[in-house]
Amino acid sequence: MDLADTPEDAEFRARLREWLGKVLPTLPPKPSPDDWPGRRAHDLGWQRTLYDAGYADVHWAAAPTVRLIFLEETERAGAPYVGANFVGLLHAGPTIAAEGSAGQRARWLPPILRGEEVWCQGFSEPDAGSDLASLRTRAWRDGDDYVVSGSKIWTSHAEVADWCELLVRTDPTAAKHRGITWLAMRMDAPGVTVRPLRTLAGSAEFAEVFLDEVRVPVAHRVGDENDGWRVTMVTLSFERGTAFVGEVVACRRVLGELAREARRNGRWDDPALRRRLGLLDAEFRALWRLTQWNVSEASAGGVPGVGGSVFKLRYSHARQELYDTAADVLGDEALDLDRPWVLDRLSSLSYTIAAGTSQIQRNIVAERILGLPKGR
Amino acid sequence: MTGHVGGRAVRAAGERGGDVRFQLTDDQRALRSGVRELLARRFGREALRAAVERPGLDRALWRELGTAGFFALRLPETAGGVGLGLPEAVLMFEEAGRALLPGPLVATHLAAGNVPGAAEGETVVAAADGGGLLEWRAAADVVLGDAVDAVPLRSVDPLTPLHRVPASDTPDPVAVLLTAAEQLGTATRACELAVQHARTRQQFGQPIGAFQAVKHLCAELLARVEVARAAVYAAAVTADPADIAAARLLADDAAVRGARDCLQVHGGMGFTWEADVHLLLKRAWVRARRAGGGAESEELLARELLSGAGR
Repeated sequence: MDLADTPEDAEFRARLREWLGKVLPTLPPKPSPDDWPGRRAHDLGWQRTLYDAGYADVHWAAAPTVRLIFLEETERAGAPYVGANFVGLLHAGPTIAAEGSAGQRARWLPPILRGEEVWCQGFSEPDAGSDLASLRTRAWRDGDDYVVSGSKIWTSHAEVADWCELLVRTDPTAAKHRGITWLAMRMDAPGVTVRPLRTLAGSAEFAEVFLDEVRVPVAHRVGDENDGWRVTMVTLSFERGTAFVGEVVACRRVLGELAREARRNGRWDDPALRRRLGLLDAEFRALWRLTQWNVSEASAGGVPGVGGSVFKLRYSHARQELYDTAADVLGDEALDLDRPWVLDRLSSLSYTIAAGTSQIQRNIVAERILGLPKGR
Repeated sequence: MTGHVGGRAVRAAGERGGDVRFQLTDDQRALRSGVRELLARRFGREALRAAVERPGLDRALWRELGTAGFFALRLPETAGGVGLGLPEAVLMFEEAGRALLPGPLVATHLAAGNVPGAAEGETVVAAADGGGLLEWRAAADVVLGDAVDAVPLRSVDPLTPLHRVPASDTPDPVAVLLTAAEQLGTATRACELAVQHARTRQQFGQPIGAFQAVKHLCAELLARVEVARAAVYAAAVTADPADIAAARLLADDAAVRGARDCLQVHGGMGFTWEADVHLLLKRAWVRARRAGGGAESEELLARELLSGAGR
């Protein structure tokens, strides 16, 4: 067991840190959350900067330990988040890389890496959330096209996306996991309508996408017809792997800020609050170690395993506890939307729901790791 | 996946291939399975239940532990020790915790090299650890720390005799870490027992583990174990007092709440003397009070947050 960087890793870390120190001060200011075109340009610009420096495909091509260092160092330095590049870099891209044809990889991967095209995800539907495989958006073959009708929901960045990784039902008579196909759909295709959804935090972070006889070329299908569920599982395992690494680093920084704020406003004198902060620090330290453990384990295998579900289960609760503790530090000010951490507290409410609810994660842990029988 | 575009800077590092760093080495795995086999042979379930009925320290087993290097593990080879480090000690104490091995294991391990005979398992050493309790005073050959005014109490754990002693100075972080390792082992056993029962116990015509209410208790048990394991192993590598404090808090939680959930999964059987679950819970309670309990660890981490260290 060792936690020190190898000489190669240490060199990578030092080089990255030096580069971040030089490049971050030259970046344009972060656009306002409501400025979608501005956010798109900002996020793509950052990806282009990474590309020019040779860091663009760190999520795909680097060893897991190198990826961990990249995520840790960029977060510590306050670099921009993946933002609009999230689906392209962490969902659709890895799926295309693993399952796409040579032509598909050549068409779709370089623009993702160069920060030229934005992808969004069309998986969930109003009646297919946790039970994703029951999705009903239909696709019929018509010559060289599929004709797609239905609706998708919780689609982040739909307003500014060029492409959508779309799950459709191509065989309604097959068992529900068997009749699904994975398509890449252009968001400007006729018949695509995007309706922003306002979250409880007041912002429009995601959208509903309505599809009315949208034509998608058969050539834009990744994997075989009706094999989309397996193709999708490749994507989801990436999502539950290292997707939250930067956030754990960020949470530990917030915890330090909370302690200093408590010291400033006098709440620090309450031993119950101090102990709550101390216990949270223990939790985030452990989550960071668990990440290092899982990444070391993945170094052998390549694709993150179900251990990511354990992490996601604990992390999403820890993040909510962090911002509930922030409210404890803030007192009455926790009701003021202009105070720091108040919007974060609202956003944190999605963590036990998005990317697989905590209840679904517990099913995964119990059935796939502990081997308990499936059932209700 | 490699080789299409970009990535000059990462390519060299990426092609280095998978190095597995924060994982057990082959030697560590071998050590762990060796200790597990020894304890399964010498302190299996029957021995555990026999010890409950006839309390007292098994001196023959203690000497065998000494021969196996349990106490001399971290002493240098030149001093007759095994010359291994904290990570190996943690793996060994985890196995002891899994087996619910009784006795002042941590105190004797820490006394090896200082108290004659401790390293070999000839001398049993008890120690006041800074908290308000002293374990195994009567059975010990040597008692370290302030035990003059020790007052016996009727211990809740049938396998840990206790005395009340005056609380003293700051506890030894290594003692705290080894206790956390024992808690981790007990938590692991609680998870295994719960899952085994959930798989086999039938109600309403199916294993109770098919019901989400039971299944989710088991999932939380495992999650607590895995988070605690990462914290305990990392603290063994860094030996940093803040990492040790974190490991202690998570391991205590994994063991105490794990044993509670395991008890719940066992239903009525869990409330009996006959089932082993209560032995897990009671030992976890005793260890959670070592070195004055977890409050000081929480305060230590809080202070650490303010100072901005450990980033």
